[in-house]
Amino acid sequence: MENLLELKNVVKIFTRANFAFSREKVIYALNDVSFSMDAEPKVLALVGESGSGKTTICKLILGLEEPTSGEILYKGVPLYRWLKENLKEYRREVQIIFQDPFETFNPFYRVDRILWTVIQKFNLARDNNEAKSKIEEGLEAVGLRAREILGRYPHQLSGGERQRFMLARAYILRPKLLVADEPVSMLDASLRAVFLDHLKEFKRNGISCLYITHDLNTAYYISDYILIIYAGKILERGPVEGVIRNPLHPYTKMLINSIPIPDPNKKWSDKVNIDIAQLQKVSGRETVDGCVFYNRCDYAMERCKDNIPPMKRVGEQEVSCFLY
Amino acid sequence: MDTILEIQDLKVYFRTIFGDAKSLDGASLRVYEREVLGIAGESGCGKSTLVEGTLKLVKPPGYIHSGKVLYNGRNLLELDDEEFRKIRWKELSYIPQGSMNSLNPVIKIEEQMIDGIISHIDISYPDAKEIALEALSDVGLPSDVAQMFPHELSGGMRQRVCIAMSICLRPKIIFADEPVTALDVVMQKLNLQTIGELKERFGVTVVMVAHDMAWHAEVADRIAIMYAGKIVEIGTTSDIFGKPLHPYTKGLLDAVPSLERRFSKSIPGIAPSPLSWPSGCRFHPRCSYKMGVCEEIDPPLIEIEKDHFVACHIYGGR
Repeated sequence: MENLLELKNVVKIFTRANFAFSREKVIYALNDVSFSMDAEPKVLALVGESGSGKTTICKLILGLEEPTSGEILYKGVPLYRWLKENLKEYRREVQIIFQDPFETFNPFYRVDRILWTVIQKFNLARDNNEAKSKIEEGLEAVGLRAREILGRYPHQLSGGERQRFMLARAYILRPKLLVADEPVSMLDASLRAVFLDHLKEFKRNGISCLYITHDLNTAYYISDYILIIYAGKILERGPVEGVIRNPLHPYTKMLINSIPIPDPNKKWSDKVNIDIAQLQKVSGRETVDGCVFYNRCDYAMERCKDNIPPMKRVGEQEVSCFLY
Repeated sequence: MDTILEIQDLKVYFRTIFGDAKSLDGASLRVYEREVLGIAGESGCGKSTLVEGTLKLVKPPGYIHSGKVLYNGRNLLELDDEEFRKIRWKELSYIPQGSMNSLNPVIKIEEQMIDGIISHIDISYPDAKEIALEALSDVGLPSDVAQMFPHELSGGMRQRVCIAMSICLRPKIIFADEPVTALDVVMQKLNLQTIGELKERFGVTVVMVAHDMAWHAEVADRIAIMYAGKIVEIGTTSDIFGKPLHPYTKGLLDAVPSLERRFSKSIPGIAPSPLSWPSGCRFHPRCSYKMGVCEEIDPPLIEIEKDHFVACHIYGGR
């Protein structure tokens, strides 16, 4: 069976023209990223800190940016052909939830308009009654009551409601793949669980999800499979239980160690040291030599400096590190 | 433990065309000397307003309706603006929410710090510079940072600069509003540990507002839980996590996803609007232990055990 989505050796380079006389700067936002999602509905979590390239991947998948090299396949067909020949169908099958539920709404229109536009644009209903029942069904699927929500303006909804409303919009289209870029980072803890439970529910309804986040807690809560990305490179991947319980890469270990546990009896036992590498922003890299994590790694060896560690299979997981 | 700051029935309202939004509606709280007091609650519950009200930083249309803030035997809210400005930062310093983004992008870190110092105490430029550099090293930043511009630093490091600025003048109390929100986990850990250390090294008291209970578990000595403009529970960190009393606290703790357990429950319903809080106990529409009395009478904050206060009718009989 062919893969739903596949990224093959994707590289994305941003060039930044500096001031008049300095030379052009090249930033590798993504460096040789490959992963795939198979046709069976799954939640794949993409975890990394800010500047690691998470959002670039999201933009590439949506066709908002073009990869510098490498290939993105959707259902075995290159993405550029989807965009050129069948954009509408692609848009219907691949949907996005953005991070900020406060900025994705037009404050001048009632929220209903969002759902009506979707139905009109994609010819989802033959008449008004059918459209209405579709809207109600969509809202119900995300636990919103149509009569409480419809007719309201965006500012009258809470953050959680807005984010779920966007989920309803995606649901009406019955997408195959939902790309969620940090969907719960602006929500309160008490609302996060509701939203994530709906994503889980979607999976049972046959919708795959690419869940992009910096928060390992929620990634663990929702996903089946996890990718750890750092400075544009995938460092570790595998089934979520394995990666969380038995992290292999030093970076994954560091991340898991840093997560605060909501229990005063289990405080952090170690201290983080500040190093100069952490001082500056990590956003892509200017070179491709060596391991991306070399500067911050406690186990750095001589060969990590100049050689790129290949992906190695360890049990069910894969890791890009010379320790294995 | 000695009380260093006492907030009595503080009310901060915001004027709107629909009437007053009672964002903070009668909060009472004692802050003990040399402790880290965590303030938790969901967004819109009045956490930040409590801090702004205490420091008299509420901007129009907001205003302080009533209440007292006792510090050193004086009611701070009676001071005029100029008097208050003198003790703000010097004795009560404040790290506002998102302060890492409020550094001036075209001025070097060092200059920004010196500016602040000179405007609060009478001191020469070189002395102020010395204080600034010392503060940077106190939070573990190398001295190169002083010569950098804010855009050269990562978000976590800019936040550390703000922490350094807050301790320049060796204040007695630091109010930190969401000090690690929007940082990466590694940076969160680093900065929370630094805040914890400030208490040990300089004997300052820290009041930390944060929505994530896990952060409080790491650094706070006591935690106050806020809901709908009021404090519903205060207790030591081990009491709040070990034997939470208020149904809202229990819900809040259950809602936190963690690597320890792979499920979490959310609190049903949505947070009420500050324009019209529910009658009686403000949590009753969402509470699963609701009784008849909850709809009519607002439960007072009472001490159930030593240093463990709760505002809930379930514990009213004892």
